[in-house]
Amino acid sequence: MRVPLSWLREYVDLPAGESGRDVQEKLVGVGLEVETVEQLGADLKGPLVVGQVLTIEELTEFKKPIRFCTVDVGQANGTGEPQEIVCGARNFAVGDKVVVVLPGAVLPGGFAISARKTYGKKSHGMICSGDELGMGDWGSPRTESGGGSGGIIVLPPEHEVGTDAIELLELVDEVLDIAVTPDRGYCLSMRGVARETATAYGLPLRDPALIDVPAPNAHGYEVKVADPAGCDRFTARTVTGLNPEAHSPIWLKRRLQKAGMRPISLAVDITNYVMLELGQPLHAYDRSLVEGTIGVRRAEQGEKITTLDGAKRVLDAADLVITDERGPIGLAGVMGGAHTEIADAEPDPETGEVKGTTDVVIEAAHFDQLSIARTARRHKLSSEASKRFERGVDPQATSAAAQRTVDLLVLLAGGTAEAGVTEVVAPSAPRTITIPADHPDKVAGVAYGRETVVRRLQEVGCDVYGQDTLTVTVPSWRPDLTDPNDLAEEVIRLEGYENLPSTLPSPPAGLGLTERQRTHRRVGRALAGAGYVEALSYPFIGEQVFDELLLEADDPNRRVVKLVNPLSDEEPALRTTLLPGLLAALRRNDSRGSHDLALFETGTVFHPREEQRTAVRLGVDRRPTAEELAGLDEALPYQWRNVAVVLTGAREQAGWWGKGRPADWADAVEAARVVARETGVELTVRGGQYGPWHPGRCAELVVEKDGAEKVVGYAGELHPRVIKALGLPARTCAMELELDALVADEVLQAPRISTFPVATQDVALVVDADVPAVAVEAALREGAGELLESLRLFDVFTGEQLGEGKKSLAYALRFRAADRTLTVDEASAARDAAAALAGERTGAVVRGA
Amino acid sequence: MSAPNKSYDPVEVEALKPEEIERIRDEALAAFAAADSLEALQAAKVAHAGGTSPLSLANREIGALPPQAKAAAGKLVGQARAAVGRGLAARQTELEAERDARVLVEEAVDVTLPYDRTPAGARHPLTTIMERVADVFVSMGYEVAEGPEAEAEWFNFDALNFVPDHPARQMQDTFFVQGPEGTKGDESGVVLRTHTSPVQARALLDREPPVYIVCPGRVYRTDELDATHTPVFHQIELLAVDEGLTMADLKGTLDHMVKALFGPDMKTRLRPNYFPFTEPSAEMDMVCYVCRGESVGNPDRPCRTCGSEGWIELGGCGMVNPRVLTACGVDPEKYSGFAFGFGIERMLMFRHNVEDMRDMVEGDVRFTRPFGMEI
Repeated sequence: MRVPLSWLREYVDLPAGESGRDVQEKLVGVGLEVETVEQLGADLKGPLVVGQVLTIEELTEFKKPIRFCTVDVGQANGTGEPQEIVCGARNFAVGDKVVVVLPGAVLPGGFAISARKTYGKKSHGMICSGDELGMGDWGSPRTESGGGSGGIIVLPPEHEVGTDAIELLELVDEVLDIAVTPDRGYCLSMRGVARETATAYGLPLRDPALIDVPAPNAHGYEVKVADPAGCDRFTARTVTGLNPEAHSPIWLKRRLQKAGMRPISLAVDITNYVMLELGQPLHAYDRSLVEGTIGVRRAEQGEKITTLDGAKRVLDAADLVITDERGPIGLAGVMGGAHTEIADAEPDPETGEVKGTTDVVIEAAHFDQLSIARTARRHKLSSEASKRFERGVDPQATSAAAQRTVDLLVLLAGGTAEAGVTEVVAPSAPRTITIPADHPDKVAGVAYGRETVVRRLQEVGCDVYGQDTLTVTVPSWRPDLTDPNDLAEEVIRLEGYENLPSTLPSPPAGLGLTERQRTHRRVGRALAGAGYVEALSYPFIGEQVFDELLLEADDPNRRVVKLVNPLSDEEPALRTTLLPGLLAALRRNDSRGSHDLALFETGTVFHPREEQRTAVRLGVDRRPTAEELAGLDEALPYQWRNVAVVLTGAREQAGWWGKGRPADWADAVEAARVVARETGVELTVRGGQYGPWHPGRCAELVVEKDGAEKVVGYAGELHPRVIKALGLPARTCAMELELDALVADEVLQAPRISTFPVATQDVALVVDADVPAVAVEAALREGAGELLESLRLFDVFTGEQLGEGKKSLAYALRFRAADRTLTVDEASAARDAAAALAGERTGAVVRGA
Repeated sequence: MSAPNKSYDPVEVEALKPEEIERIRDEALAAFAAADSLEALQAAKVAHAGGTSPLSLANREIGALPPQAKAAAGKLVGQARAAVGRGLAARQTELEAERDARVLVEEAVDVTLPYDRTPAGARHPLTTIMERVADVFVSMGYEVAEGPEAEAEWFNFDALNFVPDHPARQMQDTFFVQGPEGTKGDESGVVLRTHTSPVQARALLDREPPVYIVCPGRVYRTDELDATHTPVFHQIELLAVDEGLTMADLKGTLDHMVKALFGPDMKTRLRPNYFPFTEPSAEMDMVCYVCRGESVGNPDRPCRTCGSEGWIELGGCGMVNPRVLTACGVDPEKYSGFAFGFGIERMLMFRHNVEDMRDMVEGDVRFTRPFGMEI
């Protein structure tokens, strides 16, 4: 809502020097979000005067038609001589009153005016358009000849030549732009903002809705409301004999402009003006085009209407419509129909007689909030009217708004108000809320006292009765006040949120982070400690990425949760794997010149349920049952947290210390081990094959849970085809595993430390090249028995002397007993036993034996 | 060596004459002093303090002296030997110190050489700032609660008093999840949560009051990515439900939070606002972290962070709407509560002077790395 300060002053006697910023501060204090205060004409400097066009010489030798004019500006130029001005616009004629800016003036935007030569003539100033004066579209007549927002302002003829146009056009003003929250529909009007202003300043309000209204009678335009729940009030008034040539006066146009609306025609401008003033949307029908009784009913499914915006709309049975005897003539509370639109004044080409609407029926009605909201949404049609109705309009303002419209039509368009006053009103009782008088005190934690509470509620417009318990009748313009806490808020905000004390509650002792939460933090720290940088990518993916990742047709990761309204049609699904997002981040970094990269992400992946259901919209008047809640959760996709890393380039840099080392599959596998170590879960790494990974360089990551093995992820070098398809650097490596599957269920038991000396034994075993090291190691451990303290593979060797298809694995074994110093024989025996079992299990032969 | 001879006149033993002992001693000391290396000193030691050195030989002669002469001669030789020993040790120490000094100089390196062998990793500042905020509340006794990102509409809207078709529901541009085959549009009843507030409802359904929880998490709205918007962002939500909680408690909790995160002289301001799930509702501002309010009315020192307003908008808050309590089975007659929520991106932007939202989204290591492990 845009509120011109000059207009606001009409209802509240603000202190004379009060600036827009001052008012902003006060209104923010009572809860109106005044986003900006626009300073209109702040840098404007005259002379800017009314002039009359005396002569026009058409200059035709230029690319576009140019006019050389002489304009009478009275004594404003100091000489009284006609002012010579070159003008490129054409929507004015000799004799027209226009706005002239003279040399020495400064227009908005710091545009200084001086006499200058242009199009071969000297131009002493300018004839101004609305744009040049920072006013917007003037809605001038003769728009067909170059009007619109760029067109010259043609003033009504009654304004004297030489008059100061800055004052005449009210060019200097301040406009408060207020973002009205959905509960404050009444502040989408000058009346509502004025009320808040008056309360904030403690000044009286001149309520523009308090005007004399004639009693309803039986001779008004006939209206039948078939759906009183959808329309609980309908006021209709008729004005006849309007002068179709009458134009909106400057003050009316200027107020509309400052409030952000475009002047259109007098009748429409008046209905818009009254809506801005009182918050009541109005509609004016050309009476000659309405057939018989006006009705309000629900539409028939499939019924059609063409609305004022020219759109043909197919109606839904839930839409509320205004009808005449032939059918819908308006989408109630949203937009009128084109057929009964007020006609612009147009001269008849034959006779020259100006024709246009002369008789109008004014509708001021009140419609159901939700019905209007749904219709506006259904037809994707948000209008000034629907915006107000869906936020709540004062139902008791219809007759005042209708009267105000009638008054202005009579005053400005020379019409005659018919005596008939139609009012259809569905009976309703005033709404009351009962609260303990100290309820606001308890909500705020402040002792306001009963008197303050009652006074503040009265300022809001409530009627308040009672002592310890207050019975509060809320004003008709505040449909948002329904609950005790709504009343508490009114009291607290008017007393000032800034005056609330600051106290700290004492929560009961908490249990700190859960194990899962700690684990997530540890994993992040450990990966960062290992040199990985965290990226947080979007979860939106396109399904073609699964082909690029070489997933099998029946891969479960291909089953995705999709969005109805994705940002991009290319990425309509939610990720089932972190790799696409993380690899995109890798590619982005690479393309920006960072080539040695190690990235990680932990984040949610989404998998549809085997059987998808819809989530029921439960009621909110009680706690849902356990079954209902379970039903909601079962309608949600499976969601869990994965962790992934991607690497490329050097893992260790080359430098003065020596060579570097490229990132490879082993780093990816080690990242999985880092994660597992932090979770406290034993992770088994074995050879595997899975879509995105190089089939010979892919580790399958396995955990054991309740005696069963579960594959939780993969690590290694990516498949060359994946690297090509995704445009990644060669040899890019990756790891991804299901983090939530790594939950330690046992507390780590401390090892016993023996202080006896260690006995070290090395053994080199020759095995077939395809024997996995993990199998050899397992056999060695088992064979070495309990004297083995630790075991480490320190060399892998292949070479001619071993023979084709063989490799040598060299292990260092450390033996130690808890209770004695081991002899060399004991240690050797244990080593031999280990080698023997490795031989038995894996065919290993001790090298050199 | 002479045989013991009791009648032997000690004065007659040439080697034990005091002048001779002194000479031998001085010769030894001079040799040590002349030794210019540990090797030379070792040779001098053998020559002048070794088993066949003149002094050792003289020492042996003492045994041949008559008893009455032994004491004096022993003293004489003993003193000389002690002096030689001291001289040797002193020179040894000197030469070792010289050697050490030389070696240490030789071994010196340029310690300014860079060492970027394994570049450091880092956690994303959004992650770490969320943890930091959560930790402020965990230290007060709050617990960290979580909820799903694909969430039932009932939790995201209805339970929070967002009436169907109410304009408030359209304030948040929602991603809808497709329903089962045969359903259309938004009929699945499942959305990507538009705020962390559904966790409020989940917490109230999961726990018995008193409930004090904080919930950091990812949320979604259908905004295109630009310098100030992102469709995927992070919020942190706080909920306290207990007997007798007031707006003053809310204010105190907010004040404490900004002090903990931004320094002891920080404070907050509440402005009335509207949210369906709180009543009364407020917008919370904090003193501008950058200019500390000094840019207000001071055109010479404009502040880009707060637009010279002196305050930064943090997020929304209020007293939990009793309707929310009812929908979650908590008796609003007995319990009251407060809640607030704010955007983490925004906090990161003004706390660390981030100018472009995209920097937090794109995963560029040059942006993230300086933030390190914690924030």
